[in-house]
Amino acid sequence: MRKTFIKTLLDEAKKNPNIFLITGDLGFMALEEFRDSLPKQFLNIGVAEQNMMGFAVGLALTGKKVYCYSIVPFVTMRPFEQVRDDICYHNLPVTIVGPGAGFSYSYNGATHYGLEDISVMRSLPNMTVVCPGDPVEVAAITKVSTKFKGPMYIRLGKAGEPIIHQKKIKFQIGKAIEVCKGKNVTLIATSNLLENAVEAAKILAKKKISCRVLSMHTIKPIDKATILKAARETKAILTVEEHSIIGGLGSSVAEVLAESNLKVKFKRLGVRDLYPKVIGTQKFLREKYGLSPEKIAKEVQLVLKNN
Amino acid sequence: MDKTILNLQNKARDIRKSLLTMAYKARAGHIGSSLSTVDIITALYFEILNLNSKKPNWDKRDIFILSKGHGCLGYYAALVLKGYFPQKVLADLFKDNTMVSAHPTLGTAKGIEYSTGSLGHGLSVGGGMAYGFRCAKKNNRVVVMLSDGECDEGSTWEAIMSAGHLGLDNLVAVVDYNKNQAFGRTAQVMDLEPFEDKWRAFGWNVVIIDGHNFAEILGAFAAAAAAKNQPTVIIANTIKGKGVDFMEDTIEWHYLNLDEEKYNRAMKQLK
Repeated sequence: MRKTFIKTLLDEAKKNPNIFLITGDLGFMALEEFRDSLPKQFLNIGVAEQNMMGFAVGLALTGKKVYCYSIVPFVTMRPFEQVRDDICYHNLPVTIVGPGAGFSYSYNGATHYGLEDISVMRSLPNMTVVCPGDPVEVAAITKVSTKFKGPMYIRLGKAGEPIIHQKKIKFQIGKAIEVCKGKNVTLIATSNLLENAVEAAKILAKKKISCRVLSMHTIKPIDKATILKAARETKAILTVEEHSIIGGLGSSVAEVLAESNLKVKFKRLGVRDLYPKVIGTQKFLREKYGLSPEKIAKEVQLVLKNN
Repeated sequence: MDKTILNLQNKARDIRKSLLTMAYKARAGHIGSSLSTVDIITALYFEILNLNSKKPNWDKRDIFILSKGHGCLGYYAALVLKGYFPQKVLADLFKDNTMVSAHPTLGTAKGIEYSTGSLGHGLSVGGGMAYGFRCAKKNNRVVVMLSDGECDEGSTWEAIMSAGHLGLDNLVAVVDYNKNQAFGRTAQVMDLEPFEDKWRAFGWNVVIIDGHNFAEILGAFAAAAAAKNQPTVIIANTIKGKGVDFMEDTIEWHYLNLDEEKYNRAMKQLK
């Protein structure tokens, strides 16, 4: 996802000299080409994320379209008040780009995990929160973001995420994409966990459970219409995210369902309210916290069984 | 006496009176923190900054950011005197359903360049603007006023470090060094000294002045304009509550409101 983002941004920035990329000293093996080919549109501001956000706002006030890049917690939580007061309160075209969704930084441990970022970013007025589910969605949102007028947070995985969309997609901010058709149950996935939702649907298909999979790439504004349609057309909705179950995709969908008059079974799958105590590969951690395809499929069956 | 300086002294007196009237009517605090800024703000708006109050968004204008947003009463009074917004706005200050708050907010009145209130934000933004102007080969200058307490913030030092590193000679920081912060004297709460050495070590040109002496204020900004390849900080030694004897150099006038008796007593001193 990271490589797709930077390649797409570089292509756009070559055409639009107003695009400016700032990094908080991260991007080894990722940002070099951008840095070397567009030095006038690039700045490494050092390991100082609070200053990075304020500085980005200053540049935006002089007419630049600014991107701020560092690992998820360092662009969303460390400089949170700068994001709030400087970027969102002033409603400026600054895009925050955080690689490292969920457990992407595997053995680096909990300080490097991105498990609360969606929650805190979506609480901010004026902020648009986009969590692309595969490299195809990353390329699409990166292109769209260059013309976007307000603050935006783009949550990226890291490296090696598979391509889910084999065909061309129609990408629109705030509009979920149906990845698999289905009529018994709906899995709503976001960000890097789209892959496991699709795999879970395949397992369920073998058990004759027809599972709809939606890529909810935009968490804010949330696509109410598609959620309500799923609530009307399928018996249960489960949300799937590599993020805390508090405040992220699951909460966003729950808010929509709770305020509707529809009766549908519902469950949030994600990381419970905890700091992971052990480390491991992303695959191991997904398994441990109930987010592997098998465990997602099992949860779906449990929800359908319970009356 | 020099005509320019005489004119600035008159303007500063009018701004102080307007500030006190505003504070009295609105039951506003932060009077002392505002009074210490008045002479510098007067010099900025009536001599130093390249501005056109008829065209607040003029693209060649200089930018002033009041990073110590709480000390905004003198700033508001200066913007009114300069013709940015009508006196009426200040007469309605802090009433229900009005927009101008106790910390400057962009879009609430013309001439306000940036919203502040939380300390440690303004210099990063000023640095970004200065860098943006430099990239665009434009001559706009950026002036950011900080409080001394604000220099406790780590983000302020991140901003100082980056502006020094980038050699932003179109950026001027002014520290309103009145030696009193919110809950004690600066030397006791979090000593900034040796203050000028810290800025120098971060690559800044340092000018130290009496922040109530117009000749020194004008001289400092001229020196800043002459400095090449490094930003300038003007460390302005000021007196919190300057101009009203019972407010001068006290912590309580960071907070207190004026009653009628004190308002009249204060106004008499500014005749």
